[in-house]
Amino acid sequence: MKLVSAIIKPFKLDDVREALGDIGVSGITVTEVKGFGRQKGHTELYRGAEYVVDFLPKIKVEIAVDDPLVDKVIEAVTSAARTGKIGDGKIFVFDLLQVIRIRTGETGSDAL
Amino acid sequence: MRFQLSKLSLGPAALAAILGLLPLAAFAEETPTLNSGDTAWMLTSTALVLFMTIPGLALFYGGLVRAKNVLSVLMQCFAITALVTVLWTLYGYSLAFSTTGMTTEVLNLNTFVGALDKVLFAGMTRESLTAAIPESVFATFQMTFAIITPALIVGAFAERMKFSALLWFMGIWFTIVYAPIAHMVWSGDGALMWDWGVLDFAGGTVVHINAGVAGLVAALVLGKRKGYPSTAMPPNNLGYTVIGASMLWVGWFGFNAGSAVAANESAGMAMLVTQIATATAALAWMFMEWLSHGKPSVLGIATGAVAGLVAITPASGTAGPLGALAIGAASGIVCFIASTKLKRALGYDDALDVFGVHAVGGIVGAILTGVFADASLGGAGLAEGMTIASQLWVQTKGVLFTIVYTAVLSFIILKVVDVVIGLRVTEEQETEGLDLALHDERGYIL
Repeated sequence: MKLVSAIIKPFKLDDVREALGDIGVSGITVTEVKGFGRQKGHTELYRGAEYVVDFLPKIKVEIAVDDPLVDKVIEAVTSAARTGKIGDGKIFVFDLLQVIRIRTGETGSDAL
Repeated sequence: MRFQLSKLSLGPAALAAILGLLPLAAFAEETPTLNSGDTAWMLTSTALVLFMTIPGLALFYGGLVRAKNVLSVLMQCFAITALVTVLWTLYGYSLAFSTTGMTTEVLNLNTFVGALDKVLFAGMTRESLTAAIPESVFATFQMTFAIITPALIVGAFAERMKFSALLWFMGIWFTIVYAPIAHMVWSGDGALMWDWGVLDFAGGTVVHINAGVAGLVAALVLGKRKGYPSTAMPPNNLGYTVIGASMLWVGWFGFNAGSAVAANESAGMAMLVTQIATATAALAWMFMEWLSHGKPSVLGIATGAVAGLVAITPASGTAGPLGALAIGAASGIVCFIASTKLKRALGYDDALDVFGVHAVGGIVGAILTGVFADASLGGAGLAEGMTIASQLWVQTKGVLFTIVYTAVLSFIILKVVDVVIGLRVTEEQETEGLDLALHDERGYIL
């Protein structure tokens, strides 16, 4: 099992959710986050006082999937979230040791 | 002749004071009668000027501070409104507008400050008149000016002053700075700057230079906010600020056109020039910013409007539309430079630009008042024997006197309050934010 964690532009969230639904992903977790990569931040100017805002608002989407689905998930997120401009985000993939469905106590792939 | 000057160009607020409070021989045979049109307009103007402070100025400032201090600024404006109202009732009106003991060109204590015969509105009945309106309306109208002036200072030391110290400072400042300056400019023959012939229709010196210079002194005495200027201190809600600036713009019709103390031709022209100067200054600031930074900002156009309102204030009774365009353009450009470049260069932390907008705008307006009062430039005309040059000198003298008076006394008051109870919150409180540290409340519970 893998945990796919994707940092995307906020306005791409709906596209990503739809693309994941299309390939049969049954659940995702979404968090509003801030950060920066190569895009850096932006500047704001108030009566001559210029501030560099380092952290831009992004959305983190976490998807836990069975191994066979990982590549499809990565491809779905990549194509749905891409604009081709700097700041589209990144995808991190982690090994997932265990999953437990709290209601039933099921574990592993059955819990996904 | 002197009366002619007053009628045409000197603050009719002061004229009214003379008419109502001094039974001058020349007018003894004329029994003043109440004019309901004038009274209706002055009741309206009074409400408009109060509206400028709460909520206008409170929102203008409230939106500009960081989220953790938004309530502290609203609280300060509200508390000053209440405090000054009570002090005005107790003795402020008397200190500012009592004409007892005043004689033209005779220097005595009452040249500088009013006597105490109107304490607690003594002698004022329901029937008392000032010009053609009830004295109660005149006193309340003037009270709203006394309220907004100290409230303007709040922007200079925002986000770091103790609330108790603020109340002490404002109470004393109102008593020994505001009331005497208002007296010297507006109370009539025998008052210092009135006798000099200073033209200040609605408060360029009394309100704006006075508050702006006190603000600068306060910003210097209190010191910079922790982290200024290296840390970002972005406004928490520019929407509030624009709403507040818009309320100030609308309310200012009461401030300027109301200073005619009548619904007459002077009020009408004051309204027109106020609108023109404000719009011109808003555009001037916007274009200056566009040119120097690449983008026009919402905060810029709103601040420019306030700069224009400030600058046209002393001139609103004497300038014509041409003067309004010039004063508006000059204030937009000069205040922009003062608030964005000069402040950065000198490094003082006048948090919300009270000096850059109110003192600088007030000075630009007060000086140019001397130019654009001239009939050849569309103004109401200078007093007989006055030229543009001599009026300019009188205006400059008024400006310099006000700057020195308010700077010196503000400094002393601040130092005394600092020694007795301390001016600044602790570093920990400043970091936590004044809303929680001083008031146990938060502006935003999200």
